[in-house]
Amino acid sequence: MIEIRDLSKAYGGTPVLKACSTTVAKGEVVVVCGPSGSGKSTLIKCVNGLEPFQHGSITVDGVSVGDPKTDLPRLRARVGMVFQHFELFPHMSVRKNLALAQIRVLGREADEADARGLRLLDRVGLVAHADKHPAQLSGGQQQRVAIARALAMDPVCMLFDEPTSALDPEMIGEVLDVMVELAREGMTMMVVTHEMGFARQVAHRVIFMDHGEIVEDAPAAQFFAAPASERAQGFLARILHH
Amino acid sequence: MGEFDFSVWGPSLPFIRDGLLFTLRLTLIAMSGGIVIGTLLALARLSPVKPLSLVAGAYVDTMRSIPLVMVILWFFLVIPFLTGTPVGAETSAIITFTAFEAAFYCEIMRSGIQSVPRGQVWAAQALGLTQTQAMVHVVLPQALRNMLPVLLTQTIVLFQDTSLVYAIGAKDLLKAADVVGKNYNRPVEMIVLSALIYFAICFSLSLAVRQLQKRVAIVR
Ligand SMILES: Nc1ncnc2c1ncn2[C@@H]1O[C@H](COP(=O)(O)OP(=O)(O)OP(=O)(O)O)[C@@H](O)[C@H]1O
Ligand SMILES: [Mg+2]
Repeated sequence: MIEIRDLSKAYGGTPVLKACSTTVAKGEVVVVCGPSGSGKSTLIKCVNGLEPFQHGSITVDGVSVGDPKTDLPRLRARVGMVFQHFELFPHMSVRKNLALAQIRVLGREADEADARGLRLLDRVGLVAHADKHPAQLSGGQQQRVAIARALAMDPVCMLFDEPTSALDPEMIGEVLDVMVELAREGMTMMVVTHEMGFARQVAHRVIFMDHGEIVEDAPAAQFFAAPASERAQGFLARILHH
Repeated sequence: MGEFDFSVWGPSLPFIRDGLLFTLRLTLIAMSGGIVIGTLLALARLSPVKPLSLVAGAYVDTMRSIPLVMVILWFFLVIPFLTGTPVGAETSAIITFTAFEAAFYCEIMRSGIQSVPRGQVWAAQALGLTQTQAMVHVVLPQALRNMLPVLLTQTIVLFQDTSLVYAIGAKDLLKAADVVGKNYNRPVEMIVLSALIYFAICFSLSLAVRQLQKRVAIVR
């Protein structure tokens, strides 16, 4: 589904990604972790072309992201993305947040988009809040709306960039529950997170990054049982015992 | 010096009303036209296409460095020269103010656009919206909302500045008061009346802006 080959990227002269390669198969859930500044967000933003890259290639569902001929908006419409700070559109009701891209990008009729939006809101348990504005919702609720908004586009895979790290601890669970359910239904997911509980529960593989490199890329069970590299061992020890 | 005689206010009202209507029309047209053109200028200034941003920047800087009265006079002289037909003082005033105010609204909209977090554009693009769609549906509405108090404050300034069209003899509120004052030989009374009208309108607008500021602050 997602194939990253030899991906390198630099800001000015500073390399942020160094020859990263990995693949995410259809239905696979891959967790990406690593210390701050290691390039996790950059990597995941490269996958849907939000960040340009200089070397290597990425294909998503057979479409080459780096190819100048690729219709990026069309590709992105099929790749759901969830951000650390939710990024709901504050000037629109929850309903409109869900309908906007369905109408403008997929060309759905307003009624159809609204109905689809409501079904997804129901699924994340927020249908009662459809007519509120994002600012009237808690962080956890906003993030669930953001997930519903991405799902409304019927994506072939989902990217998450630290979806719970801006949340108060008591709200993390409700968002993770939605993500776990999604994973169990067979959604292809690439998730940047430090929630190792989530990783243990549903991840097939864990990628550990440091200084722009993929240091370790292993089946989840193996990663947690015995991380191969010293850097991953240190990282795990730190986040599991804080 | 005789007594003040405010009985002149009664018969002056039809003239004052016409003058005020023109002043309001000038303000409203220059505001809406200025905001539209100003937004386009702001987009040009922020555009990665260098020539576009340079031209827009030069236009804005020029307008902002010349006294308004001179712009009013120049346009009055230059527009007939360009179009080949003379235009009235009123038309000239409307064109001038729209063009001049666009430069100021441009700078407001530019900071408005920049006040919208980068993540909003990412989110819009991640949903498949094109850059133009993201601008139209996500960034500009928020920029406009964030900047509404500043845009209205600029409009209050614009409303006051419209009195400068006396330089080309357009029949606005101030001019109407001036004419009546001369005809009845009561210039001071008429100046007082026009000043009161300017004050009443600007003051209530300022109060409205302050209310709005509170509301915007809550929504964010
Ligand atoms: N726009 C930018 N310009 C220059 N450097 C940048 C830019 N964005 C990110 N970087 C740098 O790229 C590196 C990787 O950043 P990235 O955001 O991908 O890290 P991350 O692993 O997501 O970190 P975090 O856990 O803090 O989110 C960092 O060193 C960062 O300083
Ligand atoms: Mg990050």
